[in-house]
Amino acid sequence: MAPFDPVALLGKPMGYAVFILFGMAFGASLEIAGFGVAHKLVGQFYFKDQTVFKTMFTSVLVAMALLFLTIGLGWLDYDRIFVPPTYLWPGILGGLLLGFGIIIGGYCPGTSMVSSSSGHLDGIFFVAGVMAGGLLFGSVVDSFWDFYNSSFMGRFTLPDWLGLPTEVIIAIVIVVGLLLVWGSDLIEKAWKRREGILTEEESKKDTRILTTITVALLVMAGAILVIGQPTLADAWNRNAEKQAMLAEGRAFAPPHEVSQAYYDPLINIVLLDVRSERDYNLYHLENARRVDPNDIPQVAKELLDAPEGTVVIVMSNDETSAVEAWKQLVAKNSINAYVLKGGVNNWIAEYGNEQFQQIVNHPDDALGWVIPTALGDRWTSAIPPQPHENEPYEIIKLQKKAPTGAGGCG
Amino acid sequence: MTAVSSTETKIKKKRAPKPFTNSLIAGVILGIVLFAVYFFTGDGLGASGGANRIAIWLAKIIAPGWVNSTPYLIKYGGGAKKPLDSFIVMLDIGVLLGGFLSAWFFGRFGKTTIKGPHITFSARWIIAFFGGTLAGFGARMARGCTSGQGLNGAATLSVGSWAFLLAFFAGGYILAYFVRRLWF
Repeated sequence: MAPFDPVALLGKPMGYAVFILFGMAFGASLEIAGFGVAHKLVGQFYFKDQTVFKTMFTSVLVAMALLFLTIGLGWLDYDRIFVPPTYLWPGILGGLLLGFGIIIGGYCPGTSMVSSSSGHLDGIFFVAGVMAGGLLFGSVVDSFWDFYNSSFMGRFTLPDWLGLPTEVIIAIVIVVGLLLVWGSDLIEKAWKRREGILTEEESKKDTRILTTITVALLVMAGAILVIGQPTLADAWNRNAEKQAMLAEGRAFAPPHEVSQAYYDPLINIVLLDVRSERDYNLYHLENARRVDPNDIPQVAKELLDAPEGTVVIVMSNDETSAVEAWKQLVAKNSINAYVLKGGVNNWIAEYGNEQFQQIVNHPDDALGWVIPTALGDRWTSAIPPQPHENEPYEIIKLQKKAPTGAGGCG
Repeated sequence: MTAVSSTETKIKKKRAPKPFTNSLIAGVILGIVLFAVYFFTGDGLGASGGANRIAIWLAKIIAPGWVNSTPYLIKYGGGAKKPLDSFIVMLDIGVLLGGFLSAWFFGRFGKTTIKGPHITFSARWIIAFFGGTLAGFGARMARGCTSGQGLNGAATLSVGSWAFLLAFFAGGYILAYFVRRLWF
């Protein structure tokens, strides 16, 4: 399932060539719209030429519709594409500065490159300014480092914010976006009429194009509403790779590997305990976080913001409910998770059996030991033993993080 | 006569430049490109990140000590790190190439300066540099420019990116009246 990693798939030279080709398509799209000419851009802010808004919003609506249509059909995985993380106030301040930049200098960073390569000297000066501005930022950012990292909300999307299903949000954005594009088309036509440069033929052609795009986008919005967005269960049923991993036992990390990973400086370990609160209070691994099995989808979203090298270990008393949670975590391939082999019962058997009395023939996934007091993680065996020597991992593998942090302009 | 035509007449042309594509059709094409880059690579488009890395690469040649002692720059170009070794730089190389080929193919390539009728060439260059500095600084602050933060984030429904876009347009409209003599 898409997306792919061109560099991992084709090697660096060919992978980079793919990005050059996409860059060329991007540059050519900007050039044909007229974005290499400053007046085409600044006209937007004087209620004249509305190319900036019309082109930008049309492209956003088209890309969004195609993305969520393919996501809905299960061809593309939303969790593995780059969604710029939200740092609200630094983003707003940066947006304002870019707005000042375009009205003063005539471009934004991408369009100034197209202007430069169209031979425009003002574009070249703007690009030089962009580079200087970036270096200036790099040399002063320490003095406002806290602000720069403030109001961080991670991968925070409109559906999260408004609490509506994604497909409904898409439909709303498409309808509102189309209204705005029609509105800015009216502004542009009024300007052209004032200047006497609007021909009847051009006006008709423009309206015909706008009508066609509107119909196409509304049809796509309808299709997205009907198809809906895939649930974790849909994603699991389609995920043959992870199904095989479970069937072949490669999903189960033995206690000694978990202990080693716990102390491994290259691994950011996250221990999730999906047992009842009672069992958790009686005994749990140090730093294990108790999660209600119903909250796993929410936790899966949070984990999309976890750093590179994160390994999630999910555990129950035996394995049954841990496996169910694991299926949801790995369904979309975006989280690197394993089940603690044998669960907490086996952990105690391995590291702390002298303390408790074993319950023979306990029901599946129930606590298999008599634990006298609720000491939580204050039992000696609850702290993973530090290995004397690191051995190569057989089960735990590091996974390349999805581009959720530094894509685009990073 | 509009300012646009007054500047375009300065282009030395061997053949008549073709008019620009209808802005809506250009939008559809740009939208398909944006979708395709996401579908095939998982990453979006971007421009300022590459420019920033190229700037750090240049700074490293001129003043390696400064790059190696500035925390934000170390992240990209400190020690043995190669600032140019990133897909974002490749995107920018592509943008330059694609922009050039398109301008050349449609007869729009030509050494010229786009400016309003009331300012001199040298003033336009200095102001373009200053505007670029604001944009470059702003793009770092927002962790992305109009493409990397705006286009990518709007199409993938990021709340921060929609707020960014609102601020971007607001910034332009707020200052527009005061700087109108630069353009018309």
